[in-house]
Amino acid sequence: MKHGRIAFQGAIQAVTQAADGRVRLADGRLLGKNEVEWLAPIEAGTVFALGLNYADHAKELAFKAPDAPLVFLKGTNGIVGHRAFTPRPQDATYMHYECELAVVIGEQGYRVPKERAYDIVRGYTVANDYAIRDYLENWYRPNLRVKNRDGCTPLGPWLVDRADVPDPMNLTLTTRVNGTVTQQGTTADMIFDIPTLIAYLSSFMTLYPGDVILTGTPEGLADVKAGDVVETGIEGIGTLVNTIVQAKE
Amino acid sequence: MQFIRDSVAPTATVYGVVLNDSASVRALGDLEAAPYKGAPRAPVLYIKPRGTRVGDGAAVRLPSGATEVEVGATIGLVMGRAAARLAPADALDHVAGIVLAADLSLPHASYYRPAIREKCFDGALPVADVRPLCDLAGLELGVEIDGAVVDGWSLSTLLRDPARLLADVTAFMTLRAGDVLLVGVRYDAPRAGIGSRVRVSASGLGTLAFTIEGDAR
Repeated sequence: MKHGRIAFQGAIQAVTQAADGRVRLADGRLLGKNEVEWLAPIEAGTVFALGLNYADHAKELAFKAPDAPLVFLKGTNGIVGHRAFTPRPQDATYMHYECELAVVIGEQGYRVPKERAYDIVRGYTVANDYAIRDYLENWYRPNLRVKNRDGCTPLGPWLVDRADVPDPMNLTLTTRVNGTVTQQGTTADMIFDIPTLIAYLSSFMTLYPGDVILTGTPEGLADVKAGDVVETGIEGIGTLVNTIVQAKE
Repeated sequence: MQFIRDSVAPTATVYGVVLNDSASVRALGDLEAAPYKGAPRAPVLYIKPRGTRVGDGAAVRLPSGATEVEVGATIGLVMGRAAARLAPADALDHVAGIVLAADLSLPHASYYRPAIREKCFDGALPVADVRPLCDLAGLELGVEIDGAVVDGWSLSTLLRDPARLLADVTAFMTLRAGDVLLVGVRYDAPRAGIGSRVRVSASGLGTLAFTIEGDAR
């Protein structure tokens, strides 16, 4: 089943996807998917993100692939829903999207072995983890000014139950900018797969329901400008639409 | 009127900053050399996730393989309302209270990559109760390990004082009501080994005590 959160008629509603693709409220009413205000499908706890977790992207950025996961954390200030608007700073010269499979934790876990890692997963959604590379510094890199900006982490539209994604390590990722494909890859190319990431993180910290792991992005990054419509899609999970706007300084 | 609660909210995000005092910048060495290739421009921030927060009297268990931990005595600014693009002149109006904290880190000499295992292990942020905001300029912080004073520093040595730090952080990200911004920790802070009793203190704010234990889970 696919779960979402929307704002509708003055209330936040937990919704599901109906068989015909429409948005189904808990009381059975059906709404068009473009008639609702989408929120991120979960209220996120700790947000983990992976750098250089696809061999091709690591090569594109001219780094050798890391020997341990390159993890960084994000606040929740960045998270917005499907069809939201993301600001591009006026002085930015290189702002790129990153299409990522987001793993949503459903059960508390500490020292979860790889073999049982999927047991604590609630489901999956799509993330677009924008970066403003102009602000990149070699201090706790990628630093928060690049990666933890307001509105720069769209999430959604749907949270798809784990049971409905039999092989999350074999899904196609596709980003389109204004309808043109700019990024393509497959989760099969992750350097550290989902069980490895869960085992690694939970080896020193407890994972909680609502925590989210953004698992990294393949090659194919490109600058996006105000007015661009960016669609990050993952096979079987959904397509997350976002529009770039000029930031007001 | 700002709502103030006596403990950091479970849903709050806690941010911290390194290299915010001159002694730490000097101790780090050549900022122009690789891998840094230049002094930091923006505040060098990190996040302490929710599992790090424990209260006074906690027994902090280090992750497997770790034998000692750096104890960074610091003060957290607890936001009273959402704050974005603050000006230094009125930045502190958005602060509801302050909190004494011990930012624990497994020793890591390099600040090149985010220090996740080192700074985010369960229990890595003992925090005291939230107190009303007071004058922070001359606040003195101290660390005692097994009864011996091992460190002391003053917020007067901060490079970005709390108001300036809030302005520079909220220039690119919103702090929500309840979020916490730690004002700085020392580079190469004193280390506590397994079995240590640790007490951090701040003038006028009391103390925060905890013990360091080995991996027994």
